[in-house]
Amino acid sequence: MTHNIYIYILVAAAVSCLIRVLPLTLIRGKIKNPLIRSFLYYVPYVTLAVMTFPAIITAPQIPIAGILALLAGIAAAWRGVNMMGIAALCCAVVFVCEAVSAYII
Amino acid sequence: MNRNKNAFTNGLRDGIPIALGYFAVAFSLGIVAKKAGLDPLQGFLSSLLNHASAGEYAEFTVILANAPYIEMAFVILVTNIRYLLMSCALSQKFDTDTSLIHRFLVGFGITDEIFGISIGRTGRLNPYYNYGAMAIALPSWAMGTAIGIVAGNVLPLSVVSALSVALYGMFIAIIIPASKTNKIVGGVVIVSFAASFAASRIPLFDRMSDSMKISLLTVIIAGLAAVLFPVKDEDTVPTEPDKEVAEHDA
Repeated sequence: MTHNIYIYILVAAAVSCLIRVLPLTLIRGKIKNPLIRSFLYYVPYVTLAVMTFPAIITAPQIPIAGILALLAGIAAAWRGVNMMGIAALCCAVVFVCEAVSAYII
Repeated sequence: MNRNKNAFTNGLRDGIPIALGYFAVAFSLGIVAKKAGLDPLQGFLSSLLNHASAGEYAEFTVILANAPYIEMAFVILVTNIRYLLMSCALSQKFDTDTSLIHRFLVGFGITDEIFGISIGRTGRLNPYYNYGAMAIALPSWAMGTAIGIVAGNVLPLSVVSALSVALYGMFIAIIIPASKTNKIVGGVVIVSFAASFAASRIPLFDRMSDSMKISLLTVIIAGLAAVLFPVKDEDTVPTEPDKEVAEHDA
């Protein structure tokens, strides 16, 4: 049996949409339970940290470029550079790093 | 009205680096989509409606395998389960009287990056901020996929490589300032880094999808942190109104 690609796309879209929309529409008020509130307070920081590391090191062509981008990003964020600036800095570090390593090797 | 307009503009501004990063990543996704037999329109639709890199990669694998529709539903549920947690977290940043349609649209627009910048906003979340970011980021993601299907990888490898860290840079911009002001958050971030690194090295986790790893580690670490360091009310409730006007005027 062959399947229709549009139906595949619709099924995928429907499931993704339900996952994304259900909690936001069902949890209408402030959660009172202190444990759940604390849990949800920490969720974003854990999720973002877990997604960032070690993925930032494996994303570029050479790991050292990723390590330097991570360190530069942390230093810039610590000094209060804005989001766009940090994203641009990380890109620039990887670009320069890979260009330099191409000359050396 | 003015506040919503400013929120939209701010979202658009913060959406620019996301859109750039998405465009580059979507190219390579388009190549996978082409292998699975999708035409540019199908790739565009898929990315506009589903907009998740790992989730779509899995989606195209299912299409390529000609698997049953129910398998598609299950695979998407597993690879995208982290959005459930993100949606729960965002529900606490909204005004309680935010209408259903705003909740639906903001929920629909959740991606790792748009979630990231929404959490980075101080005070309550204005839905128009998300709409601004979505307005530039989601079409860029969808166009990137479609162009990837048509043209293959037209960007030089060095540019794709450099742009691939843009999104991580944005995550750093959110977690590091929060770690600086709150030492417990800082500790939680360090533990998360270490656990994520360990999970990438331990063979036991090899068969688990990245999204499952992210969700599992999030539940465990955030759960432990909640038990060990419960937060006081004033830390979790954004009592101040959203800051769209003030920031935009500054």
